[in-house]
Formats: sequence, structure tokens, C-alpha cells
Amino acid sequence: MAGQSNPDLSVFSAPEVEFLAEDEMVEIVPNIRMEALNMICGDFGPFFPQIASKVPLWLAVALKKRGKCTIRTPEWMSVERLTQVLEAERESPREFQPLPFHYVEISRLLFDRAHDDIPDLYMVRSLIEDIRDVRFHKVETGLETISGRTHAVKLKNLSAMEVNIVRPFMVRALQAFYRHDSPQMIQQPRTMGSRQPQVVDRGPRRDLRPR
Amino acid sequence: MASGSGSGSGRWSEDLETEAAMAMGTTDVELLKRAWRNEKAAPEILQFEAALVLRAREQIQLLEETVEEFTENGVDDLVVSLYQMDLDRTLFLLRSYLRIRLQKIEKYMIHISKTNLWNRLSEQEQRFAKRCTDIMEKHLGQSVLSRLPYGYQSILKQSISSEEDDMVPEPQLDTFVFCKTKNAVGAFQLDDTGDEIVDLVADDLYVLRYKSIKGLVESGRIDLV
Repeated sequence: MAGQSNPDLSVFSAPEVEFLAEDEMVEIVPNIRMEALNMICGDFGPFFPQIASKVPLWLAVALKKRGKCTIRTPEWMSVERLTQVLEAERESPREFQPLPFHYVEISRLLFDRAHDDIPDLYMVRSLIEDIRDVRFHKVETGLETISGRTHAVKLKNLSAMEVNIVRPFMVRALQAFYRHDSPQMIQQPRTMGSRQPQVVDRGPRRDLRPR
Repeated sequence: MASGSGSGSGRWSEDLETEAAMAMGTTDVELLKRAWRNEKAAPEILQFEAALVLRAREQIQLLEETVEEFTENGVDDLVVSLYQMDLDRTLFLLRSYLRIRLQKIEKYMIHISKTNLWNRLSEQEQRFAKRCTDIMEKHLGQSVLSRLPYGYQSILKQSISSEEDDMVPEPQLDTFVFCKTKNAVGAFQLDDTGDEIVDLVADDLYVLRYKSIKGLVESGRIDLV
């Protein structure tokens, strides 16, 4: 979407969002024995072969890369659950279904690094793509309802990556509406301090479009 | 070594903040992540988290020494590389946090020096800001301002007839930010006239003007996303 390459507006780069997602916990089944890890981010292990253990995603991926474990696909990434979510998404045009905040990044990482651990891989992948499409379409439709009166937007259940993609455009759009809908506020160019007393009463508003 | 979530670390800590954090099950990494996210998303510079940064540096240093020991003692490569990853991740967070603050200082150095935002800087940042402003003033003076006609030579004012410092860039506080609140805040007034009231429910995502929720961010009741 527009503004993605502008760091001022996009705030987080996609790799940074993934970095945040990598701290989410997943279950692994190690095939080795390893002592407990006392890390800055937490304590994990000790690890025994065939005994499931919870670790952060980055750790799971590192172990998997070296062939030391398999990763247990999270519950929400099953064909049944995802089909339910997809149907619900299609049936409610204005609500987003609850999904893990980092579902995009988690599924992406697992597809890339642990695809052999995911049952029904192609089905799961296709379901998640469809879910992403439906949700993003809802975001776009929602953007059309922004007007000068929009002083707050509620985006319940939107996920991290979706937030990051839509952020630059939404911020610019809301800013533009906020500024242009206040005829009595004195327009100040960005770099100048606006120390004149702000007129808070924004005056009578006119709807430009009949609703 | 680690301030793990409730799993009794061996370190005796007299820092009340750490104890409170550990009691709540929040690691320093979580707190650092939160500080990093807020700093990235907020248009103005936020309060420097001195205690948190100090603790993070101590833990990083401790882990660096441990990793060195491990390598010397021939500990398993895998274990060493995993600790190294943990170290790299924490270092990234800390560095990025400090860098984003430096960026903001560079951008708004004059504004920060002249308002109470100055108190939000650490000592080192204040020294940095001071040096920056000195260098910038000297540079602008020599290359441009001294060659402008009399009355237009100030770095702060457009001309001597300006009543206020209108040449100083300020952060845009009325920009919109994405935020989430952990605990419900309830009905919250967004502006001065009481026209705009929003019911802030726990865990829901909102897009609001930063200016309206500034206080909530500073008191830690709302997180920027």
C-alpha cells in the first residue's frame, strides 16, 4: 500500500514485525537431550528426546534448522479451525475473526522452515491466503467509511502484519480528513510551531455525500 | 541470570521495579520491547527508561562473558549459538531503542533543548543534543545565516519581527497512532469539547490521535502498536 517505503509513516519494517512475532511460544518435540537454557529472555528446557517443550519461535526455528527437533503446528493452524475462521470471515462483513496477533508471521515462518511438520500443508496454506484476502478486503472497505467526523477507528482483532501494511495509508488519510474538516483552525505548515490559540469549536459540519 | 517469568532467578535484586516486574511475570526483554515499540510509534521523544536500560546492559554484559567462557571451555556449539542468538536479539532491541531516540533528538534538537522534553533525555543524550545543536548552529550560521540581511539571521526566528520561535521544527502531536490497552480504560474523552468520547475496551485495537492519549501512554496504561 502507499507509503510503505516511508519509514516515518510505516514505523516498523516487515522484518521488525517478524522479529516481534518470533517471541511467540510454540511447542517443539526435541530429538536430543539438552540442558536448560537460562537466557535473558527467559528460561527454557531442559530438553529430553520425544518430550514436548515450549520455546519461543526463534529458538524453535533455530533448533529445527539444525535438525534437532520437530515443531508442533499450533492448534489454530489446523484445516478444521481455519475453515471455520474463513467461513466466519466471509459471513461477517464488518467484523474480524479472532486470530493470533501474529498469525501471518507465525504461519509464514513455519511454512518456510518447518513445512514437513505441518499436516495438510497445501490446504492450510491456501486457507490462510484466503483468510488474508478476505480480511484485507474488509480493511479496504472500512477505509472508505472514514470521513471528517472520524476521530477514532476501532480495529478489533486486526493482526500485526495487517496493521503494519495499512498504517501509512490510514494515518495519512485520517490526518488529511482531520485537517481539512476544521475550517476554523488556522492551517500551519508542518515545520512551524502552531502556537496561536487553537480554535476548538470546529463549527457546523457539512456532509459532502448524502448518506 | 535471567529475570525469567516467575521461575526464581538466582540473582538477589534490590531494585523494586525488577521485583515488581518479576512478580507480574514480565521479563526485562518484554519491558524493553514495549519501550521500543512505544518509542518507534510516538511522534515525540518519550521518557528515557534509565533503570531498564541499565538492567538490560548488565544482563547483556553478563551473557557476553558467559558465552566467552563457554567457547573457551568447549561447550557444545549448539548451546553457544543459541545463547548468542538470545544475546543478538536483546542487543538489537537495546540498540534500536537508543537509535530511534537519537533520530528524534537529531530531528527536533532545538525544540527539545528549549522545552521540558529536555528532562526526558538521559545524561549522555543531553550531551549529544547539546553538541548537535552547537554544531548545527555554527554550520548554519557560517554557511547561510551570516550572509542573510540583518534581521533575518536568527536560527530560531524567521525575522526579528517574529514574536515567537517560528523556525523551530516541532513533532506533530496530532498524528494518528495505533494502540491497544491491556486493561479497560472505559469511556475516554478525546478532545477538549467533549464531543469525542471513545470507549476503550481491553485488548481492542484503536487508531487515535496521539495528543489525546499522550497521558495514557506516559502512565503505561496504553501501548502503541
